[in-house]
Amino acid sequence: MRWLREHRVGAGIVAMVLVVLAGGGYVFWTSATERAGASVGAPIPGDLLFIDQSDGRDVVQRVPLSDPDGPRQDTAERCQRVYSAAGTTVCLRLAGPGPSYEVAVLGADGRALRTLGLAGIPNRARVSASGQIVSWTSFVTGDSYAVPGGFSTRTGVLDLRTGALVESLEDFSTTVAGEPLLSADRNYWGVTVAGDDRTFYATVSSQNRTWLVKGDLITRTMVEVRPGPECPSLSPDGTKVAYKKRVGRFGQWELGVLDLTSRHEQVLPGTTGIDDQAVWLDNTRLAYGRVPGDGQKSSVFTVPADGSAPPELLVAEASSPVPLR
Amino acid sequence: MYLTTRNSPRVTEKPVAGGKLPSTVFALGFVSLLTDVSAEMITAFLPVYLLYTLQLGYVQFGLLDGLYNGATAMLRLFGGFVSDRLRKPKMVALAGYGTSALAKLAFPLVGASGAGIGGVLAFDRAGKGLRTAPRDALITLATPPGRLGRAFGVHRAMDTFGALLGPLVTFWILAELGTGASPVFVVSFCFAVLGCIVLATFVREHEPPSPKPARSPVSWRACAGLLRDRRIRRITLAAGLLGLVTISDAFVFVVLQKTSGVPLELLPLLPLGTALVFLAAAVPMGLAADRFGRWPVFFAGHVVLLGVYAVLLVPGGGFPVAIAALLGHGLFYAATDGVLMACAGPLVPESLRASGLAVVQTGQAVARLVSSVAFGFLLAAMTMRSAVLLVLIAFVLALAGSAFLVRQRRSDALAA
Repeated sequence: MRWLREHRVGAGIVAMVLVVLAGGGYVFWTSATERAGASVGAPIPGDLLFIDQSDGRDVVQRVPLSDPDGPRQDTAERCQRVYSAAGTTVCLRLAGPGPSYEVAVLGADGRALRTLGLAGIPNRARVSASGQIVSWTSFVTGDSYAVPGGFSTRTGVLDLRTGALVESLEDFSTTVAGEPLLSADRNYWGVTVAGDDRTFYATVSSQNRTWLVKGDLITRTMVEVRPGPECPSLSPDGTKVAYKKRVGRFGQWELGVLDLTSRHEQVLPGTTGIDDQAVWLDNTRLAYGRVPGDGQKSSVFTVPADGSAPPELLVAEASSPVPLR
Repeated sequence: MYLTTRNSPRVTEKPVAGGKLPSTVFALGFVSLLTDVSAEMITAFLPVYLLYTLQLGYVQFGLLDGLYNGATAMLRLFGGFVSDRLRKPKMVALAGYGTSALAKLAFPLVGASGAGIGGVLAFDRAGKGLRTAPRDALITLATPPGRLGRAFGVHRAMDTFGALLGPLVTFWILAELGTGASPVFVVSFCFAVLGCIVLATFVREHEPPSPKPARSPVSWRACAGLLRDRRIRRITLAAGLLGLVTISDAFVFVVLQKTSGVPLELLPLLPLGTALVFLAAAVPMGLAADRFGRWPVFFAGHVVLLGVYAVLLVPGGGFPVAIAALLGHGLFYAATDGVLMACAGPLVPESLRASGLAVVQTGQAVARLVSSVAFGFLLAAMTMRSAVLLVLIAFVLALAGSAFLVRQRRSDALAA
């Protein structure tokens, strides 16, 4: 003890050198065990795209949907969230220092058609079936002085035909329960655009309540469809919308499917814990990413849309599933 | 030429804010710098980690965020009291820094459990609450009273530099090593440990001038008695009153982006603007506080903030307005953050220094928490413009109230 007190500056310097060496060694060792880059091939229709979660490098991979257990092949992209349709791919990914993120809209050849800074953490991304309307959502959290629950979302929509950009859906007018929604704390997220490239569904929230809204990109309006559902996803034939909804007031989410003509809602058994914008593999099957809990990494599950069977594992250690048609 | 030589003796005669700062201030500055790299690495990473890697719901995230920020205020009082009672501010500060360092390693262990993450966040913030008051007490005890403003300016500048570095380190790790959690937490832990080592080995504890009395005069009663001192009571009330009308930074940036109309993608960069101005202005503001009095500078900082809020009412001002607001916001921090401690420090008896500083800080922190929640309600109930207008009116009233409270102290402040 006395020796330590007399030599404390020297002991301190030695201790600091040891910490720097240990930390540096760890970083070096982690970066040296870099994954062997698997073959880079262009995705084709029938493939399922997803983000690999096994090593944290967020490489977009693909497998044939007919053989989801088959070998996973790397693509050239690294994204936190990805979606692709008709040759247009939207990739929400790390950008400059900050850490900050960007929206990259990629053409069929993989070249960036447009990149836009993202105000927050990547959350949802979608491309309309025609490949013309791209939308995304990010979580905006404050800095270290954030207030309790002080987060908000920003949802942007880009029309590739005209290049018109909606920076935030907050610029649209929204009607909830017959009244215009004007409170400053309203947030929008999870857009899904219909086959006409004009009609869309989304989520709006204010004061801890959420509503499913149906919107129009031309008239820039949204109208409440029903209270509760979040992160809608339209089926390819446009007749049904899948969404997550809360079991209790603050409970977990589960997956529900609403038939838009009969207004019948089917809750899918075994889907509690979902926190994703589900995707339609075809008109009868859904896929979504979910963390199984107990410290495991996110995996992609599939479930029939009629509630006839519980979900099954589709791709392990993966997120952001995208069926290529 | 002759004029300058004739004037120079007068300058050396009265060194208002001259002289060197003790090495302890720089050592504590380094401790804060390293710790802030560590802490801000986590702050930058946590939203990604919670929302992306663990896929926690946003409501859970909001609740955790509240826990993260609410847990500190009360522990500051406890940290200050224990530090005075044991007469070992350095040891209590070290316990606080060590707690936060260990929390960085606990994150990956609790995995995706919401309660587990909440617990670790609370543990981490508890460390922050514990260390703040004894650390500021160490600075005031080591520094001659006439240089306190400058000492806190240097400390806060180094602290802010670390805060700016943290997110850069996180980004580098995410880009190089991926969004897997372990590297960020391990590197953050290393920075925190370095901070602890610097504190343990390079910070000299101030020796109390008198031998330790048989019965410690430090008790809860003595701490509560601090508020019976009119000057401490009034500065605490004034700081709390102004804290009540201080909108949280997150809101300022969100409102500023919307009203000024700068591109949405710049939103993440706005806090950087404030931090850079804070970094550049902390030492000059500290010097100004030593020269012109700490309370006047603290008050002026809030007048500047009032100006920032007024700017928030100018719609569509674009970049000039955004830059002016960030400049004002950074100056506000430079003129108030360390200056309040420099202002309150000399008023508190040495044996109760950490407790006294903790009382002032807690008053301010609790007031700001209340204002954040209240402003959240305002935003839910009315348009942004009306909400800011309401805050503006309340701000003028608070400024008048605090000026009234501390009006008789001006002569004391100049004498200090």
